[in-house]
Amino acid sequence: MLEFWDSYLGTFVIIIAQCIAVTAFVMISLIFLVYADRKIWAAVQLRRGPNVVGPFGLLQSFADFLKYVFKEVVIPAGADRSVFIIAPLISFVLAIMAWAVIPFSENWVLANINVGILYVFAISSLEVYGVIMGGWASNSKYAFLGSLRSAAQMISYEVSIGFIIIGILVSTGSLNLTAIVMAQDGNYGFFSWYWLPHLPMAVLFFVSALAETNRPPFDLPEAESELVAGYQVEYSSTLFLLFMVGEYATIFLMCALMSILFFGGWLSPIPGLPDGALWMVGKMAFFFFLFAMVKAIVPRYRYDQLMRLGWKVILPVSLGWVAVSGFFAHLGWDAYARFAIGG
Amino acid sequence: MLFTLIFYFFSLLAIGSGLMVVFSRNPVHAVLWLILAFLSAAGLFVIQGAEFIAMLLIIVYVGAVAVLFLFVVMMLDVDFATLKAGMARYIPLGLLIGAVFLLILGIELSEWNSSGIAPDLRQAIQPADVQNTVALGNVIYTEYVFLFQIAGLILLVAMIGAIVLTHRKREGVKKQDVVSQMYRDSTKSVSLEDVPSGKGLS
Repeated sequence: MLEFWDSYLGTFVIIIAQCIAVTAFVMISLIFLVYADRKIWAAVQLRRGPNVVGPFGLLQSFADFLKYVFKEVVIPAGADRSVFIIAPLISFVLAIMAWAVIPFSENWVLANINVGILYVFAISSLEVYGVIMGGWASNSKYAFLGSLRSAAQMISYEVSIGFIIIGILVSTGSLNLTAIVMAQDGNYGFFSWYWLPHLPMAVLFFVSALAETNRPPFDLPEAESELVAGYQVEYSSTLFLLFMVGEYATIFLMCALMSILFFGGWLSPIPGLPDGALWMVGKMAFFFFLFAMVKAIVPRYRYDQLMRLGWKVILPVSLGWVAVSGFFAHLGWDAYARFAIGG
Repeated sequence: MLFTLIFYFFSLLAIGSGLMVVFSRNPVHAVLWLILAFLSAAGLFVIQGAEFIAMLLIIVYVGAVAVLFLFVVMMLDVDFATLKAGMARYIPLGLLIGAVFLLILGIELSEWNSSGIAPDLRQAIQPADVQNTVALGNVIYTEYVFLFQIAGLILLVAMIGAIVLTHRKREGVKKQDVVSQMYRDSTKSVSLEDVPSGKGLS
């Protein structure tokens, strides 16, 4: 039996099983995250939220899933059929693909590659294609306008996310996500993580993540009050479900990145308590709570304000911070030069 | 064995999607095929162990350049008839360029003798346990720092040049000034007036 796991086929089976495990974790989390999102939103607005299907409405997402799947797929006349169907597949597959490099605990990672953070960045820069292709293939003015807005928005905020990440990379001296978490391991628990030395960037990363995932207050591509539902207006049934699952998977991925880059991943906030995957999952859930609260509390931005915020505020500040934190790292300050003290 | 299979998969994908870029009738489809060609090139880089270049290829070309490309092509109203008519005129030039490239490739693969140290220079990084991101950084920011800076300056000049050439100042454009909007409050915009009867406000 042992030599079977060493053979090509055995390794293949193990890799496939690991992939399925991570995908299953993401999908099951998504089912309850969508529920949590609606419940939190409802609680802020003094409503009850979903409360009919199952105890406390916990099974609402399953009911929604069945409803989506059994509806008829409507493809509008004049739509580009192949691109119309490929677009939601792309946005779903890319959103799941990025999870391959996310470490949940030490050595709990599918692919511990050297350029982990660049891989996540590359995949999230591809995600704009699902939206553009969907909007263009629908052959509808609303969908097209929504996809144009979204393309401009996602490209703009990707640039600033790139600069924000560079500050972290300079401090760590590595592009590997596991190395980034290990570099934050210190004697002070919560206070030795990167959010403190890179404080302005932690906030900006959160804002950019909101814009990158088209979440409120930056949900202009969808803007249901003006564009009906933006790029997804012509989509129905399973194809719409794929768009929505992809969107939530990206949001959850951003929560994971937030906790890995700035909040110590699986490290325990209190010195002495054991580190572990539970901390990681807890932090991701906390940041998802923040995403949901922002959705409930903050009103939607106007489009020109969104672009101004991206290009004239967040981009210069994050670019400046690259220079400043690089200078601090060069001076060898412990908080900024973790590569020097071995992390 | 496995790597050979993956190599042939990506190279066939690159060639096939490259052909589709040329032959597809719809320009938007052509750009989408081009993106697939970029992605398979990135896959080839990964097989060669150049993971940093592969990721940069995806981030820069697919994530930024091709998006803008798609943006422009989607919004242009391209007339296929004139495009086809233009193609017949330029086909000899295209064939000439293709023939030159084919010739270069032929020489390279048959008669060309590279010097003895060339394969060593092309070799991967020394020592073997250094990652190629680190190795690139060590070379670019030390030995080639001036060339690197010059490349950056050239890009900056090109960018400023493009802006200067295309930027037009138009008169009478209505713009929203966000700062003045933010500093506007009720005392500046609304006032309570006591209107005397029969006179009105002047």
